[in-house]
Formats: sequence, structure tokens, C-alpha cells
Amino acid sequence: MLKQEDKIFKNLYGFDDWKLKGALKRGIWSNTKDLIKLGSDKIVDEIKKSQLRGRGGAGFPAGLKWSFMPKNSGKEHYLVVNADESEPGTCKDREILRNDPHLLLEGCLVAGFAMHAHTCYIYIRGEYYSESSNLQKAIDEAYENKLIGKNACGSGWDFDIFLHRGAGAYICGEETALLESLEGKKGQPRLKPPFPAGAGLYGCPTTVTNVETIAVSPTILRRGGDWFAGLGSANNTGTKIFSISGHVNNPCNVEEEMGIPLKELIEKHAGGVIGGWDNLLAIIPGGASVPLLPKSICDTVKMDFDSLKEVKSGLGTAAVIVMNKSTDIVEAIARLSHFYKHESCGQCTPCREGTGWMYRMMEKMIHGDVLNQDIDKLLDVTKQIEGHTICALGDAAAWPIQGLFRHFRPEIEKRIEERNRRVA
Amino acid sequence: MHHPGTNNKVYKKINDNFEWSKVNFEKISNILKKYPSNKIQSAVIPLLDLAQRQNKGWLSKNSMEKVAETLSMSYIRVLEVATFYSMFNLEPIGKNFVQICRTTPCWLRGSDKLSKVAQEVCNTQIGGTSDDKKFTVVEVECLGACCNAPMIQINDEYYEDLDEENFRQLLNDLKSNKPIKIGSQIGRKSSQPEREF
Repeated sequence: MLKQEDKIFKNLYGFDDWKLKGALKRGIWSNTKDLIKLGSDKIVDEIKKSQLRGRGGAGFPAGLKWSFMPKNSGKEHYLVVNADESEPGTCKDREILRNDPHLLLEGCLVAGFAMHAHTCYIYIRGEYYSESSNLQKAIDEAYENKLIGKNACGSGWDFDIFLHRGAGAYICGEETALLESLEGKKGQPRLKPPFPAGAGLYGCPTTVTNVETIAVSPTILRRGGDWFAGLGSANNTGTKIFSISGHVNNPCNVEEEMGIPLKELIEKHAGGVIGGWDNLLAIIPGGASVPLLPKSICDTVKMDFDSLKEVKSGLGTAAVIVMNKSTDIVEAIARLSHFYKHESCGQCTPCREGTGWMYRMMEKMIHGDVLNQDIDKLLDVTKQIEGHTICALGDAAAWPIQGLFRHFRPEIEKRIEERNRRVA
Repeated sequence: MHHPGTNNKVYKKINDNFEWSKVNFEKISNILKKYPSNKIQSAVIPLLDLAQRQNKGWLSKNSMEKVAETLSMSYIRVLEVATFYSMFNLEPIGKNFVQICRTTPCWLRGSDKLSKVAQEVCNTQIGGTSDDKKFTVVEVECLGACCNAPMIQINDEYYEDLDEENFRQLLNDLKSNKPIKIGSQIGRKSSQPEREF
């Protein structure tokens, strides 16, 4: 279990003051000037040493991503913070945004400086209204106290932070769609390359990063990359906020060490599965986009990027959705298919047409109203969508269905049989 | 499933000249300062949001034309943004815009029942507006408060940790213009683990 002193998010639940006064008490903004004095290369090196992997879902090494920013491009550089948290099951960034906004702002300054950026945009989802007003107040406080703005923290570096509210589109969590949206267009992902580090916002070098990744970086610099790398296991280091929702007694967000066993996470922090561990049916371990895991795997699996990849799922955003035996597992996945159908941006044909087709098929499967061979047909369609679209939304729509068939195919076959008997 | 934000029809208010209110006009100049002076198109979402607030929760054709004029954009560019994002309503809504999250984490904890309660108390179908224009009830996709499921959004605020009983109470209070509590309905602070049953 994570020791209290190793927790980075000391005000996750908002018991303490979220404003500047409380933030200063928690040590935020205490020696930011010294962190900046380390210099850009040293900051990136330290993040690399910590082996921090992006917390937004893909798990790309953060230090490496920051190092992609060119040194002398002659153009304006941008840091864009992705606070468009919309992955079903995920509500961790929300707690940072409303309960510890200064932690994020300090991270923005340090990371922005390391990327040679003078401007930072925080793109927050439009529905997070009170979260954005907290964050805006925190930004105003930081300006008033000269923590950001001209000569931020007395470091000689000018740094502006602007808040930009979205307007309800899951796809804007995809980095290039987010940039399109920020430029005042429909949020449709761009083809890569060029990658944002070469040509991002307004055609300038840009890095788009998740809220949690940015928020942990000042603490890593203060306590050293080695400290962070000492938590968890190699390549899966540090602490992580887990969002536990669904059929548990105490749904909650909790910061824990990477690699904690899934069972321990649920029993220790979320009060256990409703009806006991034996009443567990399946768990989606990393937000709606990753394949589900049946109980037999949940018994032993560890919550980190590599362990979950081994069992053909993923850590994603570490949003654990728990389903006990009272769940209609087919409808649970059909609901996710409806979500993807609703959120497809409509740019690529396989996704635009496929998500709707998959949803209609899944709806029928709830009642077994399909033929036996339709299962393979649907699986085949998911394979044709996966990897054939500009962004990963097509993959994300395909994976939950593939996971369902991998582990619960007999359940659907049973429903088809029952339905045939009813009709005959 | 009907939702005023996923509608593609545009309505024009007759005899309505949409003009920015004085307060909003000042707000606009502050919003525009956030973006490079040759990239003010970036402000289209914030301005549509302002226009929607000024226009009682929805965007008429006149209001979108005003946004286009303010940002020197062509009307079609504004319209395509307004139709793409689900938070922009293209038809009038009731005073309380009740949005019930229907995605799996909320559904697992009983969002279906909330839908039924809302239709009953507000006396309208999903996607519809009550006759007294007090409520519009819609189902929406994940609102990102899954650890406080099931939850709903009314206008700007979230109402969390609901069940049939406290949700019915909440809607009835709204109906009789009583004040209602924002956030968790069971007195939980954010998404802390201790939860009463």
C-alpha cells in the first residue's frame, strides 16, 4: 500500500483549501524558481529517469514526448493540457482540476519551460463547469501573485496559461482533434505525420499532455526521478489515480502505487465487490476502450501497463469498472457501443458506418435475436474497423466487443439458443 | 434518441435581432485576448456558449450569424461547429435542462430508473420538453463523474450519488422552486471512499 508521504495528490478529495493559500501550505509553488533553474535538458532528463508514462491512456513515455519538441524552431511553442476527460469510467482529472488546480498550474509552468513554450492552453470539457470556474480562479490567483505571466516566479521566463472550454465531444480528447477544436473547427482528428511536436496548434510545435501527467511532474523534479522510479516496477513506475466505479460498495478515486493487484485495489479501497468477491462477473480495467477481464483473470492480475497488456487488455486511464453477477454483460457492452456510435466524428467510413452497425448488432444480441454465424461476422467487422481509421476511436469501439466474445461467447450462444427455442 | 444538441435543423426566431448584451460584449473582448490576433476563430466555441446563455439555452440562426459576424467567419463554419458539439442546442429548451447520464458506469448503478423518474415527474418523454416549459429531459453519454454514479446534470451543475428516492425529491423541489443541493446528494465530499448506505 502506498505510504502517505509518497502521495502526490494530497488534496484529492478536497478536504483542504484548493485555493492558493492551501496550495502553498501543501508545498506547491514553494521552490518553482529552482526547478526552472535546472534548465530544460535537466528537467527532461529527470522525467525520463522517472520513467513516467503518459496518464491519458496510451502510456507513452512522457520524457521522450517532451524531448520531441524542437530547440530552435523560430516559431511560437505551445503546451496544451488535455483536460477533456470523457472516457467512460474515468473521473480522476476532475478531482485534480477542482481540488488541486495549483498542482496542475505549477506543472504547466515547469513542463512548458522544458518545452520552450511561452503559452499554455488548458482544454477542459464543457460539462465541467464548476471545475473550470475553480481552475480559472486558480489561474487568476497565480497571475496576481506573479507565479505565472511575465517573469513567472521570478525565473525570467514569460509564461501564460489560458483556459479553453470545450462543448461536449468525446473525440476532442484525441490530441489532434483537440487541436482542431482549439482552432475553432469541428473536432476531427488530423492525419499523422506531421506530429504535433512538428506542426500542432496553429502549425507550431505543440505538445498535448494529460492533466495527471503534468500535475505529477513538479513533485518528480523535487523528489527526484529515482524516487518516482522506485515505486511500482520497471517501466511501470510511480503512483496513479485509479477511478473505481460500478458494482463496488464504495466507488472512489484513489491514488495508489502502480502495479497494485486488482483484487487488493478493490477490496482495500472500494469496500469490495457488492455481494463479495465471488459475486464478481467481469471488470473493465482501464476505461471503456479496453477489453474486459473475467473473474479468473481479475483474481491475480496486477494494475500496470505491461501486466494488463499481457492479458490482452490495457491500463488505459486506470478507470476500473466493476460488474457483478447481476449484470447483463451483453447490454453493458452494447451501451458502450452506443457511446462510440454517438461519439464517432464521422470522418472515416469504417468508424462512422461501423460503430452504428456494431451497435445495432449488439442490441440484437442482448435478446439473442441473431444467427449463430453473426457472432463471427461481427467479430470480423470489428477487425476491419480496428487499425483502419485515422484515430484510435475505431479501435476503441472494436475492443470492448472483441473482449466480450473472447470471454463470454458461450453466454451469447446460450441466448441465441434460448431465443430459437422461444420462437420455434 | 432525441436531443436538442444533436438536431441538425436550424430555427430562425421571427423579428429577433440578436445583439450582444453589454456584459457579454465586454466578455468577448477578454476572450479574444486569449488567442493570437490573427487566430480569433479559436474563440468560436466560447462565443457560441455566450450566445447560447444569452438566448435562454439555445442557438437561433440569428445568434449564430452574430457569432460569425463577430469573428469574421462565414456562417457555415459557425454552423458546422454548432452542429458538431452536443452542448449547443439548436432548438428551444425548458428552464431546467435535465441531462441523465446513460453510459455503462451510471447504468450499472441504476440510471435507467432515473430516466423513468424524470419522465414521470417532469411529465415528458426523453428528448421532450414539458408543457409548462419547466423541464427538458434528455439522456446523454458519459459526463465524467463515474465514481459518483448515477448522476445527472441540470443546466451547469452536477447532481451525484442519486437514487430513485432522492432524485424524485430533487425534481419535485425544482418544480416547486425550492433550492436544491448541488453535487453529492448523500453528503459525500468529492469521490472519497467512505459512503453511507
